[in-house]
Amino acid sequence: MKFINLCFQVHQPYRLRTYRFFNIGLDHQYYDDYQNRHIIQRVAERSYLPANRMMLDMIREFGSSFKVTFSISGPALEQLLQHAPEVIHGFQELAATGCVEFTGETYSHSLASLGSKEEFIRQIEKHRDRINDLFNQRPTTFRNTELIFDDQIGQTVAELGFSTMLTEGAKHVLGWKSPNFLYCSEANPKLKLLLRNFRLSDDIIFRFSNRDWSEWPITTEKFVNWLNKVPEKEEVVNLFLNYETLGEQQREETGIFDFFYTLPGAVFSDSTYNFSTPSELSEKLQPVAPVSVLYPISWADEEKDLTAWLGNELQDEAFGKLYGIEKDVMACDKPDVIRDWERLQASDHFYYMCTKWFSDGEVHKYFNPYNSPYEAFINYMNVLSDFIIRVNEKDKPAKEAKSKKSVTKPKVKAKIKTKTKTKPKTKGKAKPTTKIAARKPRVKRATTTKPKKRN
Amino acid sequence: MRVLMFGWEFPPHITGGLGTACFGLTKGMVKLGTDVIFVVPKAYGDESHPGFRLINASDVAMDFKDSEQQEFWNKIKYIEIGSNLVPYLEPEVFETLAEKETRETSEKTRTIFFRKFKFSGKYGKNLMQEVSRYALIASSIATQYGFDVIHSHDWLTYPAGIAAKKISGKPLVIHVHATEFDRSGKNVNASVFEIEQKGMQEADRVITVSNLTRQIVIEKYGINPEKVVTVHNAVEPSYRHETATIRKHLKEKVVTFLGRVTYQKGPDYFVEAAHKVLKRDENVRFVMAGSGDLLNRMVRRIAKLKMGTKFHFTGFLAGAEVDTMFAMSDVYVMPSVSEPFGISPLEAMRSNVPVVISKQSGVSEILKHAIKVDFWDIDAMADAIYGILHYDGLQKLFVQYGKEEVDNLKWENAAYNVLEVYKSVL
Repeated sequence: MKFINLCFQVHQPYRLRTYRFFNIGLDHQYYDDYQNRHIIQRVAERSYLPANRMMLDMIREFGSSFKVTFSISGPALEQLLQHAPEVIHGFQELAATGCVEFTGETYSHSLASLGSKEEFIRQIEKHRDRINDLFNQRPTTFRNTELIFDDQIGQTVAELGFSTMLTEGAKHVLGWKSPNFLYCSEANPKLKLLLRNFRLSDDIIFRFSNRDWSEWPITTEKFVNWLNKVPEKEEVVNLFLNYETLGEQQREETGIFDFFYTLPGAVFSDSTYNFSTPSELSEKLQPVAPVSVLYPISWADEEKDLTAWLGNELQDEAFGKLYGIEKDVMACDKPDVIRDWERLQASDHFYYMCTKWFSDGEVHKYFNPYNSPYEAFINYMNVLSDFIIRVNEKDKPAKEAKSKKSVTKPKVKAKIKTKTKTKPKTKGKAKPTTKIAARKPRVKRATTTKPKKRN
Repeated sequence: MRVLMFGWEFPPHITGGLGTACFGLTKGMVKLGTDVIFVVPKAYGDESHPGFRLINASDVAMDFKDSEQQEFWNKIKYIEIGSNLVPYLEPEVFETLAEKETRETSEKTRTIFFRKFKFSGKYGKNLMQEVSRYALIASSIATQYGFDVIHSHDWLTYPAGIAAKKISGKPLVIHVHATEFDRSGKNVNASVFEIEQKGMQEADRVITVSNLTRQIVIEKYGINPEKVVTVHNAVEPSYRHETATIRKHLKEKVVTFLGRVTYQKGPDYFVEAAHKVLKRDENVRFVMAGSGDLLNRMVRRIAKLKMGTKFHFTGFLAGAEVDTMFAMSDVYVMPSVSEPFGISPLEAMRSNVPVVISKQSGVSEILKHAIKVDFWDIDAMADAIYGILHYDGLQKLFVQYGKEEVDNLKWENAAYNVLEVYKSVL
């Protein structure tokens, strides 16, 4: 028997409003509330709601033989609860059927796995609690933001008690191996790995409605036929998609809903496949081999590396500055500061700064509010600059009042005092910068995977 | 006295210092009792406008209310010509822009010109043809109006001035606000150079906005020094009071660059100087206000130098935003590689902001209360910025005397000098 592991990612970020230099230090409203509400409601209407209804129908029709898995980010949960709570109710209904698994992820859909281990752990735990609260299920499977994975990340995830992790079936990592098996992490064999079958997944995500594609249109018969062509010994086909693929990226008119609605029936009647979830699979199947990933991989683009989010000057500067203030943020411990700190970490902000999409168009432009990566960077840095001011103010209010007084009084003394004032500051900041340096090689290594690939 | 003046932009449609200068100068001349017919090419060919039209001052949509402004508009005639001429464009850039425009407007405009001017050339295919078209129309204007002297501002209007002179026989004064060497550095466009040189040769007098530009005119264009006169620009006194109400809300000091982000303005030296200052003092923010072809490179550079949270970009600013920017600034820097004059430091000083300017600017010839550095000397530039920010005495001195100095630079004085130039050729 073979398995289809159908996993959907649900995520919508808090997009930033146009935040200009003149706003820095003056107002702390960073988000485009109108746009965010508009998008979440539109996507709910076009995609989440009809898709949830369809999933429920399918479960009712096929009982426990149809199974599906969801990863829902914190910002998506928050925005849905606020603007489209019926979507959350839908997920709760699905959760109650027992046929649905919810995976863990970083709370704010962040790149914390690359920036800070402490923050990574904090966000995973926050997300796990939130999922437990809402859906009465404590995730045992982990799906990192953008399916980013390497041995160190795997190790951390395993230590937090997750048994299974989802990642990309990146060719440059697997080599001749097939993604259609259960693997385990070489760094910690307790952690099972399920690897995305990117060919079949992307056929649906990107090519479903592409009439220039020689295989268009994909019918369920054709798709089941492809599934049947998977070599006999291979055990699991991992289809990891964005939930928005249903109805938003691929509109209803393309027939995407009909495709999914008829898929289980066709699978049961014409193939030996069954549907399953990650945690079930890691119990049912035996890992066939350990996989070691030294340089982080992701699901993105051709390269399957980090270059959609990190690597160019803009992204590295924004990322470095953001994680450089982690200690100060944690020290000030105010709910609104923590909230913004999380939202600013969303991978989307770094995605908008990607200069690759001058060539890689289509995919990256989707949901992108900026005309160019430069505009994205300028806007983000303005917001971040204001955020840093808030963090520093809240950090040491008593000291600041003192130093202000001394500056206004005698000039010569003030000069000396400002010098001494700056010293502890640079000391305080020196730590985060060394931290960035410690992290940096990981990112750099990621870029060096390219020549490696060629070899 | 009546002057036929050819310009290329006029408020409120200004894109840079030239429009401001033409406006200020014209105003000054009107105050001294001179009549001015001002001819400008229209920036974009709106369909509703015929190719050539004459606009009375009262028809022009402007929101000037005080009596002084009214009087000004009564005294000048404002003529607009349908043309794609846009200031600060390279011929290469223009070509791509014009292509777009032409498709929509060419047919209509062509017939108009055939009828009215017996103009047989092609329309709008390149900048040079636009310039000659402007000249053709100019010659027609010259026959329709009475005037004593012709005054042309910058190269796009030189052929127009020459044409008007040939038709009317009146003396021609050309006004050099910038030369091709300022705009393009080493990549001088030969045809632009040729037009500039021709204009200077045909002119009875050449007015330059600074001695720096005068030297360029004499040395690079081979013009007889006796013909070339420097008349420095001035600045409008500030009527606006709202600047007083804008309160700075940032704790850090703010250092500002405001201008087009192009080679000529030296934005890269500002970035490097900022980097040096930030190494010494973290409590400073730098702002680059403006846009241009080097903007993206500057953004990448500041990211590379890890100044992302201390160096900000505002994009192009206009009107009240400029005032706000100055009101928030503690130092204004103009690091121009080549600046024939440079009015913006005067505007900064008018708003009580101390300035650091490059020695390669015309304005440095007349300013005493400003720090002057070579544009390439980023150490000196950083030093000057740091000094003004930290040594209170220096800052106070600059603010106090700078304001006074600028308030004494009046357009009437510049206009008086221009009238003297007219008198010498009449």
